[in-house]
Amino acid sequence: MTLLRLAALAVIALGVLVALGPRAASAPRTEGPLPHEVTIVIHYSRFTPSVVEVPAGMPITFTLRNDDPIEHEWLIGDDAFHARHRAGTEAVHGDRPDEVSLPPFATRTTTLTFAHAGAVTFVCHFPGHEAYGMVGILTAK
Amino acid sequence: MKRLLLALPALLVAMIATSSAALGCAGLIGPNGAVNLIRTTTFAGYHDGVEHYVTSFQFSGGSGQFGSLVPLPGVPTKVERGGDWTLQRLVRETEPIRATSRFALGPLGAAGASDAQVLMTAKIDALDITILKGGGPEVGRWATEHGFRLPPDAPEALDHYAERSPIFMAAIFDADAAKARGQRVGDGTPVHLTIPLDAPWVPLRILALGKDATARVNADVYLLTDKRPALLPAPRANGMEITHSAAATASLLGDLRSDKGMGWVPQDAWLTKVRIDAAASQLRYDLAVDAFGRPPSRVAAGLEPPATPAAPDTTLPSALLLTAITLASGGALLFATRAARRVA
Repeated sequence: MTLLRLAALAVIALGVLVALGPRAASAPRTEGPLPHEVTIVIHYSRFTPSVVEVPAGMPITFTLRNDDPIEHEWLIGDDAFHARHRAGTEAVHGDRPDEVSLPPFATRTTTLTFAHAGAVTFVCHFPGHEAYGMVGILTAK
Repeated sequence: MKRLLLALPALLVAMIATSSAALGCAGLIGPNGAVNLIRTTTFAGYHDGVEHYVTSFQFSGGSGQFGSLVPLPGVPTKVERGGDWTLQRLVRETEPIRATSRFALGPLGAAGASDAQVLMTAKIDALDITILKGGGPEVGRWATEHGFRLPPDAPEALDHYAERSPIFMAAIFDADAAKARGQRVGDGTPVHLTIPLDAPWVPLRILALGKDATARVNADVYLLTDKRPALLPAPRANGMEITHSAAATASLLGDLRSDKGMGWVPQDAWLTKVRIDAAASQLRYDLAVDAFGRPPSRVAAGLEPPATPAAPDTTLPSALLLTAITLASGGALLFATRAARRVA
């Protein structure tokens, strides 16, 4: 009889855990190792997430998903890098891992290693997109 | 008898459409940057359940192509060349002195999904017209694949309109073809769309597409109805102002009726002119019109979303349901345990 009661309590506990599990998993990460894989989604010309933390000195794989019907780009670097691209003339990027062109509804991956701790920004430099808010910040720790 | 005439200079949002590659870096001007679209002008008439749009494209020379993407309230049954003086006559009716100055340079926007459905195509002078049906992503993809450089706020705006009516008109204006046809600077190409429709609305929010928040948006909306119409949002708010409201003169109605395709214009009507002079950030609404004076639709005015079935929250209800099932199962087990104890 005791075994049956224990089994019943176990079923209840397991069910509650399973039910709450997805919500718990969706909560913001507050502890633990920094990710080596990062997915950034573009929707309505916004980066999500727009704030990213990764470990320094480790290869980081970025999955970049453009959910918009218009072209975007994901260029990551320091201020001098972005100043160059604001005045740049390259129509398409793709040969460098820190410069990714994203056609409508396209997904691209790129891998980068941030040798030193510090912050850089990722920006879409299509006309008007940066001013519209297509800016994110990545901090390597 | 319902009737409504809308005249909306610069309603359409012009976007650069070039055959060259999209520009990946800022600071560049499209190859057709020297070409100026003076103004894109639109009329829409509504009579006995049929709306008549008359759109006129004007340019200031140069070469290259321009595109406009226009949300439509319904599916057109006919696309044809419009009359020659409808717009000008309405402007003259309400602003006879300043008529010519109204055709200033119009705003140019900075310049996955399944395919949009092409419902109709038409070539009118140097204009290639395509009537599209689809959601925001489909129409956006179609536009991108056809050389439109949509501004960053376009995806959200296209979704906004597609939720209300999944019909769009894409127009590509070929300035070289216009010159070859002998069109001169300032010449317009009118387009007339016939659209069966129950409730008209005028897209205004799209006028702010691609503009900085502080940029000004100027437009004029002419309404011709059986009686004084009800409008939403109320004029004098958010940059709207009624600058003319009176019975239409017999002279105006006669002149309009004599233009090509304008025979539907009634004998008596009320003329209203709404002027838009707003910052782009203010223009978060469209103009809903009720020709009978009833309260216009808040959805059509863009003030609230369409009534669609609420998407289920798949997280919490599922969790609650699973918890309830689990508790019920556990309770049944406990009940069985006690029942078994009593039997023993």
